[in-house]
Amino acid sequence: MPEDFLIRAALAGLGLTLATGPLGAFVVWRRMAFFGDATAHAAILGVALALATDLPVYAGTLAVAMAMGLAVSALTGRGQAADSALGVLAHSALALGLIAVSFLPGVRSDLSAYLFGDILAVTDADLIWIWGGAALVLGLIAWRWQALLTATVDEALAQASGIDPRRERLVLTLALALVVAVAVKIVGALLIAAMLIIPAAAARGPARSPEAMAAIAALFGALAVLGGLALSLRLDTPAGPSIVATAAAIFALSLIPRRPT
Amino acid sequence: MQLISARGLSVRHGAQIALSSVDFAISKGEIVTVVGPNGSGKSTLLKALIGLEHAAEGQVTHAPGLSIGYVPQRLHMDARLPMSVRRFLSLPHRVPDTEAEAALRRVAVPGIGSRPMSALSGGQFQRVLLARALLAKPEILILDEPTQGLDQPGVAAFYRLIEEVRAETGVAVLMVSHDLHVVMSATDRVICLNGHVCCEGAPRVVSEAPEYRALFGLGTGGALALYRHVHDHDHDHDHDHDHEHGHANHHPHHHHHEGADA
Repeated sequence: MPEDFLIRAALAGLGLTLATGPLGAFVVWRRMAFFGDATAHAAILGVALALATDLPVYAGTLAVAMAMGLAVSALTGRGQAADSALGVLAHSALALGLIAVSFLPGVRSDLSAYLFGDILAVTDADLIWIWGGAALVLGLIAWRWQALLTATVDEALAQASGIDPRRERLVLTLALALVVAVAVKIVGALLIAAMLIIPAAAARGPARSPEAMAAIAALFGALAVLGGLALSLRLDTPAGPSIVATAAAIFALSLIPRRPT
Repeated sequence: MQLISARGLSVRHGAQIALSSVDFAISKGEIVTVVGPNGSGKSTLLKALIGLEHAAEGQVTHAPGLSIGYVPQRLHMDARLPMSVRRFLSLPHRVPDTEAEAALRRVAVPGIGSRPMSALSGGQFQRVLLARALLAKPEILILDEPTQGLDQPGVAAFYRLIEEVRAETGVAVLMVSHDLHVVMSATDRVICLNGHVCCEGAPRVVSEAPEYRALFGLGTGGALALYRHVHDHDHDHDHDHDHEHGHANHHPHHHHHEGADA
């Protein structure tokens, strides 16, 4: 019988991957990989602000991740070079977060947990947050699915059908901020982007429809969580990176039997 | 009845003025073609009429409940997005298989529903785009250079298809085109654009307008005009529009022209 902390870790990871699978598919389709990075980096600033003001960490990361998402949307919407705008924002947010944390007494050790995650330290309360957040994100994506997909294919095509592509972009920004907020404690800010992208990228090979790709991404994410935890237990390796490494192995495997699409 | 109209429409891209003071209207069943050199704001005009481009000045009005069928200039389908033809036809509204297949048959590419979009030829791709647009049962089709990348027979066949669809359904058609000689024969009204409306009217009238000739060369009545851009008059965007309106023979006002069509 596995230990309780291990069951909680597995449940947390599975809840996360329910959201990162479908969301990651959009991140891949819309080339938002660095957007995920930037939002995750910004989460560190959110953590610092939350710790400084005694607010719940989830609230702090959500607020800052959302603000980051909106700032990036606004900048790229005005025709600024997206990647440099993202780079400036992401790295400044991370640096400011680290500086802010250095002023707080006694949280230095906490911070590495937020950077790299500590899935083995998940509490029952965390589980409620994670599953609640994941359900919310999943619901949001399912509700907007057709519109999101149309806007992803072509913005003018969506607009002509009465779908506002800006609103759909906002939905994705919100979903991304939500995932970052609930996931920052589990896999850590630096590894969230990896969990968004790697399973979804691995799902491209076997998938024959957008829906299948989202589902397979969630499935691959779940495999990575369980495999990574098992690996971590056997080899005594850090859990978060082990999960990402397992996801990377799945991605590598997905490259091998490539049928022409 | 006007399906889409614009009044004094100006669109900016940053500091640059992409379109200035465009008046536009299209009525039920009308075929209107927008011509103009590259960078003259043709796509911008279509996008502004759809509502994707924000109007810096002026306004765009749609008939209430207007259904638009849009065929984009070039749809870049990301290779990482697995999408069959059948699935694409169900965007944004899911349609039953029978309707999807009927639409594919209508555009003469039956039975390709299971193929990935990425595996289609240029001509098939454009026809699938048209099929999707038709599934919305549109009152107006908006096509942005729909025949880009097609060979000459493909271009002719595609425009023939558009004409057939219009004859069957009475749908209005607004398109941007480079295929001037084809367009000239099939169009009710031509709008010659170069950041602003240079001239406008029946194809024959427009093809004889000096502004049109200045843009498209001095060929035989415009019908066989080489796509040569002799840009000899001032198109500074801060220009005064009065000089065009002075030439009543080739720049009729919309209501005037609609009266002539009816």
